[in-house]
Amino acid sequence: MSKEEDFRKYIKKVYRLTALFSGLFIIAGGILVIYSVNPDFFNFRKESTTPVYVAIEEDEDTIENGIHVRTGLVDAEGLMTVVNNCTNCHSAKLVIQNRMNEERWNATIKWMQETQNLWDLGNNQSIIVNYLVTNYPPPELGRRANLSDIDWYELKD
Amino acid sequence: MKRREFINKAGLTTLSTIIGAEIVYGINLPKDYSPLALQDPDPFKMFNKHKEMVVLNDKPWNIEAQAHLLDDAVTPNSCMFIRNNGLIPKDIDAKAWTLTIDGESVTNKKTYALADLKTKFKQYTYQLTLECGGNGRNEFNPPAKGNQWSVGAVHSANWTGVRLKDVLEDAGIKSNAVYIGYHATDVHLSMDPTKEPISRGCPISKALQDETLLAFKMNGEDIPIAHGYPLRLVAGGWPASVSGKWINRISIRNKVHDGTKMTGTAYRVPCEPVAPGEKVKDEDMCIIESMPVKSLITYPKTGAIINEGNTLNIRGHAWAGELEVRKTEYSIDFGATWQVCRIEKPVNRLAWQHFKAEVKFPKKGYYEVWAKATDSNGVSQPMLLPGWNPKGYLNNACHRIAVKVK
Repeated sequence: MSKEEDFRKYIKKVYRLTALFSGLFIIAGGILVIYSVNPDFFNFRKESTTPVYVAIEEDEDTIENGIHVRTGLVDAEGLMTVVNNCTNCHSAKLVIQNRMNEERWNATIKWMQETQNLWDLGNNQSIIVNYLVTNYPPPELGRRANLSDIDWYELKD
Repeated sequence: MKRREFINKAGLTTLSTIIGAEIVYGINLPKDYSPLALQDPDPFKMFNKHKEMVVLNDKPWNIEAQAHLLDDAVTPNSCMFIRNNGLIPKDIDAKAWTLTIDGESVTNKKTYALADLKTKFKQYTYQLTLECGGNGRNEFNPPAKGNQWSVGAVHSANWTGVRLKDVLEDAGIKSNAVYIGYHATDVHLSMDPTKEPISRGCPISKALQDETLLAFKMNGEDIPIAHGYPLRLVAGGWPASVSGKWINRISIRNKVHDGTKMTGTAYRVPCEPVAPGEKVKDEDMCIIESMPVKSLITYPKTGAIINEGNTLNIRGHAWAGELEVRKTEYSIDFGATWQVCRIEKPVNRLAWQHFKAEVKFPKKGYYEVWAKATDSNGVSQPMLLPGWNPKGYLNNACHRIAVKVK
């Protein structure tokens, strides 16, 4: 009987060891596979910058008082198409301060495509131009405008 | 997308979210380049600018003064406008900096170390007025394309350097030379290394003027980085874009220079006048040379309220491109009558001149003080906008300030 018991215990030990080694082998294999696909995965110093990315991206497209905070553009139909196509190379400030009609925006887009590496906008072009002429129409200035936004102050001698 | 690529891109995207713009061309970034914005996103600190300077554009940087910030006889760095076409070069090493003179019309192509330029040639200092060709663009109707400058894209600093003509003559100028064109180390907005953000120049006659400098000092110190450290071409009286920053090469050309922003509609106006809004073909646009006569009231700041019976002391500067200002006048009745201001001679050719006057008002009420300068050819500033042009250059209409007498 004791021989049988010993044999059973022996088998159990072998079984446990085999299970342990198989487990370790699978984990090691997994690590090797991940490493071969992406050697940077185990570079933990580099990884530590990633949480910053996640935290900030949450506010990336915040709208406050009808303004897209990151760019200063008005929140209206077509906003994100403009943000994604028109603020990569230059600041949104350049878009906002320029007041043009449809024809001149289209000409400007053509110029950017010919000389500034702007990509083909496809169907987005009409969305972008419509957004611009609707939200940033050209003002009628005449030949000389009145002085405006005067900050009055008492002039001391 | 492979995971490895994604993680690499995530790093740059992180940066771009901080500076507020996605860097689509992140993949093309030079290896050691990190956008300047990341180093210090506050332009006022980064460039040592006065807090009342106005940021028109942050990519590329375009910052202008207001009239009252330009009151100094010699403009300090804090109040000098910045007009950049590309991204400011990074990691500038002045010790390793060189300038090459080449082109079809150079006798011997030569390269000078910056240190050699300083010792080999005699140094000169001039006060030189530089005005952006698009200064005043925001008043054109219909609006013109580009940064919407109001009145503050002008400055007059002291520049120290060697004469461009001494260096060009050292390399040798062939008799067929027509133009010079500069090349610089700033980076195109698209990050495309084959594109230059700007490469302009001037006719050989302007290049050979005594006051046209290869400058390495501004107001007695190293040129600030945003203004072209360590070497800037300075050609007073012409659109400031002729005064290339961060330059490392000048080509002596046997034809009009054809670099970026020399061709098409850039820094050009219709050769023949056009109606507002009219379309103009590229071949009908002519290069701007000398800037027109202009003036600015720099004291007091617009919006002054004074008591009835008090005299208002006004002062400012006037300049006239290649020419000198002969006369400045002011009007408090929208040009119905003009009074003469006292005006000083320029400290040297191409420096702006200072004017002043004591203004009396007949009764209480709202007034505008308008200033008008006249150049040595007898040409004055217009009170209305001058000829409309597609890119909105050369607005030299009279400057005015609002005043209330109570």
